[in-house]
Amino acid sequence: MDGLVSISSNFLYLAFVLYLAATFFFGGTIRSKNSTSSQTWVSRVAIGLTILGFLASVVYFILRWIASGHAPVSNLFEFTTFFGMMLVLAFIVMYFIYRLNILGLFVLPVALLIIAYASMFPTELSPLVPSLKSHWLYIHVTTVSLGEAVLAVSFAAGLIYLIKEVDQSYRSKRTTWLEIIIYSLYATLGFVVISSIFSATDYNATFEVTNESGVSTLEYHLPAITGPADGTLVTTDRMEPWFDTPGWMNGAEAPRKFNTLLWSFAVGLVFYLITRLILRKRIAAAIQPYLRKVNSDLVDEISYRAVAIGFPIFTLGGLIFAMIWAQEAWNRYWGWDPKEVWALITWFFYAAFLHLRLSQGWHGEKSAWLAVVGFAIIMFNLIAVNLVLAGLHSYA
Amino acid sequence: MKRIVCEACGHSNAEGTVLCQSCGKPIEKNQHIDGNEKTKLLNMRYDGSARRSQTYNKSFVDKIWNFFSSVKVGVWLIVLTLLASALGTIFPQEMYIPQDVQPLDHYREQYGIAGQIYYQLGLHNLYSSWWYMILIALIGISIVVASIDRVVPLYKALKMQKPKRHETFLKRQRLFSQTNQPSLNDKEKFLERLKSKRYKLTEEDGHILAEKGRFTRWGPYVNHLGLIIFLIGALLRFVPFMYIDEFVWVREGETLPIKGTEREYYIENNDFIFETYDEEEDRKFAEALQNQSAPVASNYQTDAVIYRNHEAELVGAEPDLEKVKEGSIRVNHPLKIDGFSLYQSSYQSEFSTMSFYIHETDDKDEQELANFTVDLSNPVNHYELDNGFEVELVRYMPDYYLDDGEPKSKTDYPNNPAFVFAVYPPDASEPEYSFAGIGRNIDATGENDYKIALNGFDVQYVTGLAVKRDYTLPILMIGGLIFMIGVVQGLYWQHRRIWIHPKGNELWVAAHTNKNWYGLKREIDTLMEDTSLIRVVDQQEQK
Ligand code: HEM
Repeated sequence: MDGLVSISSNFLYLAFVLYLAATFFFGGTIRSKNSTSSQTWVSRVAIGLTILGFLASVVYFILRWIASGHAPVSNLFEFTTFFGMMLVLAFIVMYFIYRLNILGLFVLPVALLIIAYASMFPTELSPLVPSLKSHWLYIHVTTVSLGEAVLAVSFAAGLIYLIKEVDQSYRSKRTTWLEIIIYSLYATLGFVVISSIFSATDYNATFEVTNESGVSTLEYHLPAITGPADGTLVTTDRMEPWFDTPGWMNGAEAPRKFNTLLWSFAVGLVFYLITRLILRKRIAAAIQPYLRKVNSDLVDEISYRAVAIGFPIFTLGGLIFAMIWAQEAWNRYWGWDPKEVWALITWFFYAAFLHLRLSQGWHGEKSAWLAVVGFAIIMFNLIAVNLVLAGLHSYA
Repeated sequence: MKRIVCEACGHSNAEGTVLCQSCGKPIEKNQHIDGNEKTKLLNMRYDGSARRSQTYNKSFVDKIWNFFSSVKVGVWLIVLTLLASALGTIFPQEMYIPQDVQPLDHYREQYGIAGQIYYQLGLHNLYSSWWYMILIALIGISIVVASIDRVVPLYKALKMQKPKRHETFLKRQRLFSQTNQPSLNDKEKFLERLKSKRYKLTEEDGHILAEKGRFTRWGPYVNHLGLIIFLIGALLRFVPFMYIDEFVWVREGETLPIKGTEREYYIENNDFIFETYDEEEDRKFAEALQNQSAPVASNYQTDAVIYRNHEAELVGAEPDLEKVKEGSIRVNHPLKIDGFSLYQSSYQSEFSTMSFYIHETDDKDEQELANFTVDLSNPVNHYELDNGFEVELVRYMPDYYLDDGEPKSKTDYPNNPAFVFAVYPPDASEPEYSFAGIGRNIDATGENDYKIALNGFDVQYVTGLAVKRDYTLPILMIGGLIFMIGVVQGLYWQHRRIWIHPKGNELWVAAHTNKNWYGLKREIDTLMEDTSLIRVVDQQEQK
């Protein structure tokens, strides 16, 4: 069995490399003389590599399924990786509708980041507790991630629109927010880099935590900037935490997760500042000239179309299938668990997006900002809800 | 009702019409309704048909109607509900906090002053608060009113479209082109290609309307209908008949009436099975299991038999049970019978029997002189033992605890059994009193010659089953299904119309879509490929 798991991981690795190569080829299409949606051999190679990469990730998925005996969407590593796969799938579909090369240059790096992010989590096969042993769970999880992935394409298109259209000749709220969005991608990169470094050195610091329920231990794999409240460091020669994690963060793991978050922000900030120093201008301003040939209306339409396609899929997976599963597993189709509520919030948000666009004429820039906010809500639900708001879904 | 007769074509339109339903000519005095300006593009939403909300604004009813039919109001309601929902996730809702604490204390201790305010504002039960319900209800009303306000006029407008339209109407469409002296051939080519792209062509005096995807316009109304059905389904849960929610605890070997079924069904718990993963057996998970401090559960299961009671109607009668179903109830696999579902929700292990032996207090080896066993679910009061001993069960506390120094029982379940025994040694007339329980063995006087010691015990499982009958589920399913049909219908296609209008030596082409303009323009471009027809121009881009 171990053999199968490692073969499967190699396919994921292969997919990663192929996406990376495809990104460079999509980069190459910027230089082509005509519009960004023209077909040249470069763009054909780019999309070809993307498809190959996707197929490799499908092989990963199938092999891992065989090895574990259940669909590999049951822990953070598996689920996040699957989300990355679906993002690429959603991109391939949108590519064949609109054939916009620049979209690949934005979506693929995000997919790469997500897969790298996923592999920072424990990758061993995990057993399923009884409530997760349900076909409806697989159906629910896979459909939600597909829906969210399509919505993420809307974010990528919205980002292209904003980088192209936001006036960079002076500093404004809009340029600042745009930089914040770009910085958040850097922070993800920061997470990947810092986690890799310290896991390569097997860093480990153990805290003993005393609370009502007795003494427990908490392992850190990054030096503790923030330690658990009422915790004492028991590993010798490790950095003492600078301050305690605030009490309102829920869950036994919260201090460690919060610490990781702080590291990610810090390292991301360093990367970001270095880039700024090299470019000597806002990052969006540096990218803007490369987008000159992009047709804004087309990008706007792709962003909207992705919402139009993604919204029904998200509803089906995130609300309807979720309710069916909840009914079978907990005999209640809805329980106001934070994860459920945030799925509902996501749904309300995109419903508002659609109404604003259809009836109030929110096109172009407004619509692009909304696409960004929507993606932020999705990411909040995937990552932060587990950190700050505890609930039934905290397995993921 | 007043009617408006079109100056151009003579069609009689309803009051409040913006664009003549027949030829599309703007009706002068109503242009303010859709905000049309003389030279700018026409607002084509709902094809300029007369909507109640845009026409009447006098009476109180008008004002209410107009309020709810506004999409702006609808979006505000959605956004408010969204924000309210987020508010409820800041701290856990009351149902997720421990059951055995005072909610106020819990919120104050865990979250400080913010937690206290949260509690006092009632945000700990936000989703069942009256104002959250009202928000949802307002959304419901808004959906109904807004839909009715639009769907009827839209239906009328789209049903009776004429291919021949007024020039002003065409010129002020967003996509428009004029070709001078087009070749007949090119025009035919264009029309053929339209057909092959599955446009439906209708003609009137050489004027042609090519249309496809009209059905998609009904999508929003279908999905709104689904939402309303869903909301009604959710509301019906408050009707007692529609929704039964009970819970039964059944010991292994026990047969009990299933609550909520009016004694019509009984359940027997043959066996409760609790399994965990094993590192040896489940090798592939070994690594993950080692990282867990506690065993990981793999299965909770009740092997049950369901009986039907033929004497259910007769109050007080002995049940007359007939076996109707046998099966296992596992998490994610409820057992269903006659509309009821039994869910594996919980379990407990409790003591079923406890056995004791008697020895001399001074005996270091504690040699057994006599023994006896107490059946905890049905304890006997008097025990006659070997060697002439007798034991009287004076007091039994199934769930022992000390309440201010006084022994009491917390519940009726044998979670922590304790006993007061009177031991009659052979030939003695006065008993000795002993207090016995788990880990305790107290001699009441300190002068007893004999001591009672715990010999062993058996445990058994009690399974906790949720009993549900929910007649609202099919309604919710239907609502969900209709919603899905509606969103897909509305979002995966577009309603596209192309008007082809000969005018003297010229050929005019105007086009409209309800969404995805870029796609329509590109489609027309390909349909006109290698013809002399002038490509349509997006007049909105130009301005
Ligand atoms: C959360 C609840 C709601 C959902 C999920 C929902 C969903 C939708 C969707 C998917 C569309 C089609 C949008 C498009 O084609 O781009 C739509 C259209 C529409 N919705 Fe809603 N809606 C909701 C609530 C409301 C409310 C409260 C109103 C009240 C004003 C409303 C009024 C409309 C109108 C007027 C349209 C346009 C119909 C048309 O142009 O044919 N909706 N809705």
